[in-house]
Formats: sequence, structure tokens, C-alpha cells
Amino acid sequence: MAAARKDNRLMLAYLLRRLLYAIPILIGVNLLTFALFFVVNTPDDMARLQLGAKHVTPEAIGRWKVEHGYDKPLLLNSAAEGSAQFTDTIFFQHSAAMFAFEFGKGDDGRDIGNEIKKRMGPSLAIALPVFVIGLLVNITFALLMVFFRATYLDLWGVVGCVVLMSISGLFYIIAGQYFIASLWKLLPISGFSGGIDGLPFILLPVLVSVVAGIGGGARWYRTIFIEEIGKDYVRTARSKGLSEVRVLFRHVLKNGMIPILTGAVVVIPTLFMGSLITESFFGIPGLGSYTIDAIQAQDFAVVRAMVFLGSVLYIVGLILTDLSYSWVDPRVRLQ
Amino acid sequence: MNIQPVILWTDALIFALLVGVLVLAWGISRHEHLRAPWGVVARRPMAMGAALVLSVFVVIGLLDSLHYREKLAGSQADKPHYSVEVLSAFDALVGTLRTQHEKTYSAPLAMQLYAKEFVEHDGVTRREYPRLQFGGAHLDDAASRMPDITRRSAVGLAQGLALSLLLFGVLAGWQAHRTQVSLGEWLARWGEGRLGWPGRTVVGVLTLLLLLAGVLVHLATAYHVFGTDKVGQDVLYISLKSIRTGLVIGTLTTLVTLPLAISLGIAAGYFRGWVDDVIQYVYTVLNSIPGVLLIAAAVLIVQVYIESNPDLFDNAAARADVRLLALCLIMGMTSWTGLARLLRGEALKLSTLDYVDAARAFGVSHTRIISRHIFPNVFHLVLIAIVLDFSGLVLAEAVLSYVGVGVDPSMHSWGNMINGARLELAREPAVWWQLGAAFAFMFTLVLAANLFADGVRDAFDPRMGSRR
Repeated sequence: MAAARKDNRLMLAYLLRRLLYAIPILIGVNLLTFALFFVVNTPDDMARLQLGAKHVTPEAIGRWKVEHGYDKPLLLNSAAEGSAQFTDTIFFQHSAAMFAFEFGKGDDGRDIGNEIKKRMGPSLAIALPVFVIGLLVNITFALLMVFFRATYLDLWGVVGCVVLMSISGLFYIIAGQYFIASLWKLLPISGFSGGIDGLPFILLPVLVSVVAGIGGGARWYRTIFIEEIGKDYVRTARSKGLSEVRVLFRHVLKNGMIPILTGAVVVIPTLFMGSLITESFFGIPGLGSYTIDAIQAQDFAVVRAMVFLGSVLYIVGLILTDLSYSWVDPRVRLQ
Repeated sequence: MNIQPVILWTDALIFALLVGVLVLAWGISRHEHLRAPWGVVARRPMAMGAALVLSVFVVIGLLDSLHYREKLAGSQADKPHYSVEVLSAFDALVGTLRTQHEKTYSAPLAMQLYAKEFVEHDGVTRREYPRLQFGGAHLDDAASRMPDITRRSAVGLAQGLALSLLLFGVLAGWQAHRTQVSLGEWLARWGEGRLGWPGRTVVGVLTLLLLLAGVLVHLATAYHVFGTDKVGQDVLYISLKSIRTGLVIGTLTTLVTLPLAISLGIAAGYFRGWVDDVIQYVYTVLNSIPGVLLIAAAVLIVQVYIESNPDLFDNAAARADVRLLALCLIMGMTSWTGLARLLRGEALKLSTLDYVDAARAFGVSHTRIISRHIFPNVFHLVLIAIVLDFSGLVLAEAVLSYVGVGVDPSMHSWGNMINGARLELAREPAVWWQLGAAFAFMFTLVLAANLFADGVRDAFDPRMGSRR
């Protein structure tokens, strides 16, 4: 009991320290985006780009800046009084406010925070199955190749992986849409709907994304397992007379989990962001297509918000990775 | 002078890279221990076959990097005016392929346009498929098209085969002379794969390439081999022009950020302490921003800069080129962190070794220790990173162009080809050739690069020995 409580306290202290460590990183991200979006590229430039080259008058630029709240000084408002000198600035209202998850409004006038909440679900509906199924499929293929290692099956498996890796991700999507949806009419070509009705819409993007990931994924896991299989404990296990299948599943797979976790856990939080390309091709109203639309419409407020959100989720992923290490490998201590 | 050479930014960097590679190769060839891993690469059939294919791409890319502007016909000799259009040695080489525009889409090897038009025949207007201006223009009727294509392909194959046999003969004679065996003995060794280098693969791949080239040359002079695009440009020509863009992105991106990755990575691992903390902080910040978003944000900003300073660039090619270079820089900025982290770990390990301690005890300066003891021992990691990153970057270009933050829309690239044609599959009948050509070229380059990279990694990574 006491040991468990101590473990919990350790865990908590560790979490707290990691969270504290995350703050300077987020501040760094924030400063970087601020520099990119407001200093290198002044609000005047943005206004000019948005308004188009023909209609640019100083008044129009001024109006655009007022509409978007970019008419304030960047860092220090000497016209204001007291603390407003710092708060009534672009930095405070547009960059620092992101720490409170207040993202302001996009160019279409909608609240970005609301939009993000609404679009996380559809993104997750695609990204989560892709992640889980992809992981299972890739590990299965990798284990198969390792089981038949140093045979022609393994050799051609690796060559097949390299071939699959060499095909552009766009090809999988375009070919999948053309053959499965457009030619054979097996599944709808694009669209989305909530609940169980949405299933047919989800199948194709999930299928395409999983297939597109097999090449790189299976090969990567194969290298991990092959490295693991050369170690002494595997030889010991074999010499005990364990069957190859048992060695693979009970020993190699378990020990291979650490490098697998490094790659896998860190992406779990970023699943919320969805996939830019898949969502936009399949018309999924998630965060990925939101981001792409924003980039194409040059809606800087949305891009800025997504950059910040992305890095928050990434840092959460890093912390989760560390925690999962100690869960998989008791030797790894939280310090 | 009828032409004025134009050196774009990326041209200069490409040729600097070429010189660098040649100097490095010369240096390596003089040291036995540096040459050894390359010998391992040279003995792998897949790597050598891939290297041959890659070299074809590289030659086309290099030819396409020799830019010039033609003198306008009407200008005076003492005060010449040059065309605004920037051409390359490659354009001059392919000749009519560049200039033979049709009206709009036409299928591969077609002699008629894709869409029906009103055509006047002896005063009667009818709606039919008009003949192409250039593709199959020498044919009398549709019936003679297939035999003509077959004949041309056969001639091309025959010439390719003849050239291949000739080259093989020269190679056999030279090699037999060099290794001082009889020609028959050399051929026997070649046939059994006992040459010490993958002779059969090299000859096989070379023959395939020559056959392909023969067919392409004979067909492309009379047809549009991959059809034409929306504005009637030859798709084969565009695909070939895109090679340079792909190569530039694949190589320069890693190259421009190598100094950063190497210096910061090694510094963090070697000096530790606050230097390490600061560098780790910087790359964690950069890493935590989703790559595509950081690239998108930076490209949008470069775009704003280019558009608000139009007078900095004297022609469209220079503007597109600066944008390409900016894209390389930006993509490099997001990808150097991986290599830096790798180098940091390795430098951390190396700096505790006895010989580094000994060097320190002798009072050798930090710069000297790093350049003499640390850097040479992490160089293989740098090399592996360069070849491994290449294919990923080529593929990324297509995705970025789709997102709208890729290369300039006026620049030929596979990404732009795909982006422009992806909606045309929905037409009836489908316009597939543009997508097909772009994907096929990209696939060939990336596959060759991946296979070559595997060979290089296996030869240079000391850990790979135990994995086989």
C-alpha cells in the first residue's frame, strides 16, 4: 500500500515537473509564431495580401486592421494607461491570449475556439481508427516478416515495403477514390455524417490511410524486432526450448514495445488535429480540412491557432510517452 | 553572343554541390578506409541499379540547370536585347518537345484532340474530334496510327538494343583488358555473377534504360507520348522538367541546413551544460510545431514578401526560383532537428572516449578536437541522413503543392501536375495521363533513391552488420 502511494506521489511530482517544463516550450512556440506572423510580416502586408493588389489604399488597409484588431501597437502601447500599456497590444491580445485558449475569430467571423471544438470529433473519427488499425496491421506484417526472416518471403516483404513507401500518399487517395468510389461505386467518394450513418464515409479514408502507411510502418517495426531478436535473452528463451511463435509474441513483441511506444504514443494527442490531406480529399469537416482551408484562404488567425494547438498536443504526447515508458518497462524510473 | 547565361540561385547551389561532391569523391578515393564502405555499396546489385537510374535523373536535372536567355531577333548587335523567357540546355536539347503546343487535352499517342469541336469541311460544319496540330500530324488517316507507332517503337527498341550491345562490347573489352583475362573468360564470369561487382544488374538496367530511351525518342518526335495537358503542353516535357525541381528540393533542403544541424548537434553533445540546454530547447520548440503548419506559415510569409517586393526580381523564373529556394530553406528548418538530435547523442558518447580525453589533456583546442576527432566519427550519420531524407522530401513537395504552399505555380513540378489534374479524373472519359505521368516519374525517382539509400545505410551504419 505504502509503496503504491509513494509511486503515486512520485508520478504526480514527475507530472508536475514535466508540465512546468512544457511552459517555456509553449512560450517559445508562442514567441516564434508571433515573430513569424506579426514582426517578419507586418499586419500591413497581411492586409495588402488579403485585399488584393488592386484595391490597396491606406484607408482600406486601416479598415482591415481595425476589423481584425491588428491596429494596435505590437508590444507596447504607449498611448494607454497602466497595465493597458501591455494588454492593449497585438502581442497580448492575439498571442498571449492563446494560453487561455482564446483564439479570437477567423476571417469568416466565426469563433475559432468553437470551430475547433466542433471539428475535433470528425477528425478523431478518421484518425483514431487509422492509428489503431494501422498499428495492428503494421505490427502483424512486421512480425510475419521477422518470423520468416532470411527467407525469400522476408526479402520480398522488405522490397514490397520499399515499393509501397515510394508511392506518393496522394496516389493512394486519388487511386482509392477513383477505383473504389468512382468506378466500382462500393463506397461514397467523400462526405461525412455523424453517428452510425457516417460509417460508409469513414471506411474509404481509413482504408486508404492504413494502406498508405503499411510500407513505412511495417518496415520500421521489422527493424525494431530484428534488432531485438539478436539479443541474448532471445537466445536464452530459444535454448529453453520455447517455440519460435512463443519467443516472438512473449519476448520480442513485449521488449519491442519501448521503441514502438516512442513513435506511437507521441502522436496520440495529435490525432485530434486530423490529417490535412485525407480530410481535405474526402471532405471530412475536421480540423485538418479547417487548417488547409485556412492556409489556402491565407487566414492567419486560424493558422496561428492551429500551430499553437498542435504544439500543445505534441507536448502532451511527449509527457504521455514518458509515462508509458514506466508502465511498459518498470526499470525506467520517473525522476 | 546569341545567348546570355543566367545563373539562378538554385543553379549556383546545385553546381556548388556538384563540385563539393566531386571534391569529396576525390578525397575519399585516396583513402583506403574511406573507400571501403563505398566498395560495399558498389557490390550490391539493387544499390547499383538504383544508382544508374538516379544518375539519369541527375544528368537531366543538371542539364536543366544550365540556364540562358536567347537574344531577340530584332535587337542590334551592340545593344542586344534578350528574351524574358529563361531556357535551359535541356530545353535546347529536346527542341520541338517544348514548343509543339496543342489546343488542349489529348490522350497519349493520340492524333486527335480530347474534346469535340466544330470543324468546317467543304463548307459543312460538323462536330468532331479535330486532328492535332503536331501529334501524329504526318499520318494520313487513323488506320495508319497503330502500325506507325509499332514501327517507331520497333526501330527505337532496335537502336536501343544496338547501342546497349555496343556499350557492353566496349565494357567487356575494357574490363577483360584491365583484369587481364580473355574475353571469353570475362564473359563467363559476367554470366555467372563472379565479377566482384554486380555486372549483370548494371548491364541489365542500362539496357532497359537505353531501350526506353530509344522508344521515347522515336515516339516523342511524332507524338505526345504522355498526351498533352489542359493548355496543350506536352506532358512528357513537363514531367522531364519537373525532375530538376524534385532534385533541388531533395538535395538542397538537406544541404542548406547541414551546417546548422552539424554545428548545433555536435556543440550540444560536446559542450553539454547550458549550451546543451539552449540547443535542446530550440529544437524542442521547433519540433513541437506541426511540420506542415510551420512550413505553411513560413511559405505564406515568403509569399507576402515576394509579392510586396516585385522589383527585386527581374523575371518570372528568378521569382519562382527564389520561392523554390525559400521552400528548401523552410523545409530544412523543420527537418534539421532530427539530425541534430542524432548527432548530439553520438557526440555525447564520443566526447567521453579515452582518445578525446587524451586530446583534451594535451591541450588541444575545442575546435580542433571537434574537427579532427568528433566530426569524422559522426560523418556517416550525416551521409545516411542526406540519402534517407531525399525521397521523403521529393514526396513532400507534392503534398505541399496540394496544400498550396509548395513551389511557385508557374514552376514545373510533379506536385503542381498532380494538383492541376486531380479533378480531371472525374471527366468522361477520364483524363488520367497527367496524373499517371507525374506519379510514374515520382515513383521511379523515389524508389531508386530509397533502394540506393538502403544500400548506403547498410554499408555505413555499423549497427546494420548485426541485423543481417
